[in-house]
Amino acid sequence: MLSLKLTGIHLKNPLMLAAGIMGTTGGSMKRIAQSGAGGLVTKSIGVEPKSGHGNPSMVEVDCGYLNAMGLPNPSYKNFQQEIDTAKESGVPVIASIFGGCALDFSQIAGAIHADAFELNVSCPHAHGYGAEIGTAPALVEDITHVVKNVADVPVWVKLTPNVTNIKSIGLAAQKGGADAVVAINTVRAMAIDIDSGYPILGNRFGGLSGRAIKPVAIKCVYDLYEALDIPVIGVGGISDWKDAIEFIMAGAQAVEIGSAIGNNINVFNEISSGMEKFLSEKEWDLEDIYGMAHRL
Amino acid sequence: MKPVNAEITEVVSETPTIRTFFFDRSFGSEPGQFVMAWIRGVDEIPMALSYNNAITVQKVGSATSALFELDKGDSIGIRGPLGKGFDRKPGHILLIAGGVGAAPLAPLAENAASDGIKVTTLLGARTKEELVFKKRFERAGDVIIATDDGSEGIKGYVTQLIDNTEYFSQIYCCGPEIMMKKVLDKILPSKAQFSLHRYIKCGLGICGACCMDGLRVCMDGPVFSGEALKKSEFGIYRRNECGERVKV
Repeated sequence: MLSLKLTGIHLKNPLMLAAGIMGTTGGSMKRIAQSGAGGLVTKSIGVEPKSGHGNPSMVEVDCGYLNAMGLPNPSYKNFQQEIDTAKESGVPVIASIFGGCALDFSQIAGAIHADAFELNVSCPHAHGYGAEIGTAPALVEDITHVVKNVADVPVWVKLTPNVTNIKSIGLAAQKGGADAVVAINTVRAMAIDIDSGYPILGNRFGGLSGRAIKPVAIKCVYDLYEALDIPVIGVGGISDWKDAIEFIMAGAQAVEIGSAIGNNINVFNEISSGMEKFLSEKEWDLEDIYGMAHRL
Repeated sequence: MKPVNAEITEVVSETPTIRTFFFDRSFGSEPGQFVMAWIRGVDEIPMALSYNNAITVQKVGSATSALFELDKGDSIGIRGPLGKGFDRKPGHILLIAGGVGAAPLAPLAENAASDGIKVTTLLGARTKEELVFKKRFERAGDVIIATDDGSEGIKGYVTQLIDNTEYFSQIYCCGPEIMMKKVLDKILPSKAQFSLHRYIKCGLGICGACCMDGLRVCMDGPVFSGEALKKSEFGIYRRNECGERVKV
């Protein structure tokens, strides 16, 4: 009932693990697959091993989580074995990759074997990477184009919401040949410890995820669905089946789930059964609700 | 939760390299749980609670060195208690502690003894001076000691003291991973619990940095049953800050 084809990849349900969550080791991705995810997006992988920002790198705030991990990763040279282990679960594995320039992206995409690539041009707090690239349409188009040339699998581009007009970045990705866009990455944010005056994160500022950003993400997905011809994958603050339905109605063909895993590692199974129950009660299927809000 | 402000009320020197920092607040923890201790402007590190209101720290790196600069009246930020502690079992329990690994086991010993559970402790350290919480374990039950240099107890490793484990209802172990792996190989895994140390970033079960196979040390642990560890990478490799595999 929930299965679909997304950019040519068969998914048993539209619920995928978001990048940066439980995605560094093959074992942890396998566990998420066993708890019902339809797809697995890895931790963002770069050219060289990177230890990331100093701690605190994540803290719970009133209505979500604030993080500045700083793209810690073992580099693509040490990562194929983790993807291969994750693939033993039988669930598609999408490699999230990042770089400082188009060449970095193509070097990684040319060496790694995965079911798709998700280009991270949207991390809000890594100097010289991520959103520093993803806010410039010309760079996004160029990077997408270069990766498309070396990759023989679908290429998704993950967008930052920290721009004036997300549609222009989405259009740039589409022009570069992207098979889908993923929206959104975290929203730039900060928290200060009032007992001392110190910014809490080791990196001083970071990105907000979780419940608080869901309405922001819904609007971005809605706008991108209107503007683009390629599929939109929704991510940002999904913690139950109602959230997932809402994203699909806004125009997401599939969704990714991240922060909600902390308190509930079985969130994928719960969301898929909740969605199935809702859809059968309404006598709808995924196709019926896909982009529904646009038709009303 | 955001870090709460914890003021240091007392610093106790346990050994030449290990100190206990007492705070003005209690963290209502079960033995084996941990906190993320934020030394502002430096780093945030996972630390076992050695009392409801204290952490016991070995000076090993920049964050612990910065902590050692602090004294009564200074404060740090604390997130916690986090994770899953020891599962208490009745009967006669055996504790196996190596070095600063005694920190989470001492409150377990006290807790168990006050509830009438019989406690025997195997306590190991490099030297007599480096034995941690010897008196606390002695007040809770029998203590057998091993030191690397033989300055107290038998000369050798605490793992050499393991004998007749079928006699005990449950075994609780914390210490260097190589020591814990030796313990795991010597006993019935289903009857033992181990408190693990891994590089922890979020402490919230989200980022996956501390994952050991599919197990999240910060959330599913840090205490795991021997059975869960038996088939895992435990004792073989761990992950560094980058997520690369590093031999234990």
